[in-house]
Amino acid sequence: MAEGDESVAAVSEPLDLVRLSLAEHVFVKLRGDRELKGQLHAFDSHCNLIIGDVEETIYIIGDEEDDDTIRTVKKTSEMLFVRGDSVVLISPQTQ
Amino acid sequence: MLFFSFFKTLVDHEVTIELKNDLSIRGTLKSVDQFLNIKLDDITVIEEGNYPHLSAVKNVFIRGSVVRYVHLPANAVDTALLEDATRREAANTAAQKTR
Repeated sequence: MAEGDESVAAVSEPLDLVRLSLAEHVFVKLRGDRELKGQLHAFDSHCNLIIGDVEETIYIIGDEEDDDTIRTVKKTSEMLFVRGDSVVLISPQTQ
Repeated sequence: MLFFSFFKTLVDHEVTIELKNDLSIRGTLKSVDQFLNIKLDDITVIEEGNYPHLSAVKNVFIRGSVVRYVHLPANAVDTALLEDATRREAANTAAQKTR
């Protein structure tokens, strides 16, 4: 790469966006209709995460056929490790 | 490597592991390997009524790939240290790619 000093380069590859969100609030979408909001404390290249003060929202779609009602369940956790293979997207959260 | 090292610092702490099949198991973290496979001792199953077949099990090996979450004791986690370690790991991975 000819861009020079990597550590100053702001966003040159996708995970750099996540790096800039370190210690900030993030929104994470997961497989299985789940979403997390919390403070990002750690991540790696597999998208394994550690998030603090997490609020988890689970969307449960009506279990009977023709039942499209969506129920949400909220859970909280003070410190949570999330395995990367469940992660769909990570977004910096402005609030 | 970051999370492998991190989990090694949590050995002998109580954690709750939520699996991808929604089963939650609480126990003492006894060991971890590079795949984040985990060994738990003195386990209890959350909402045991739904999973009575596990009531006699005292310790388990959990394959890393079936883990969804690990709920951690917040007082055992140094968040500033974690953030520094994450930046270092990210810098290392970036440096390896340029070589």
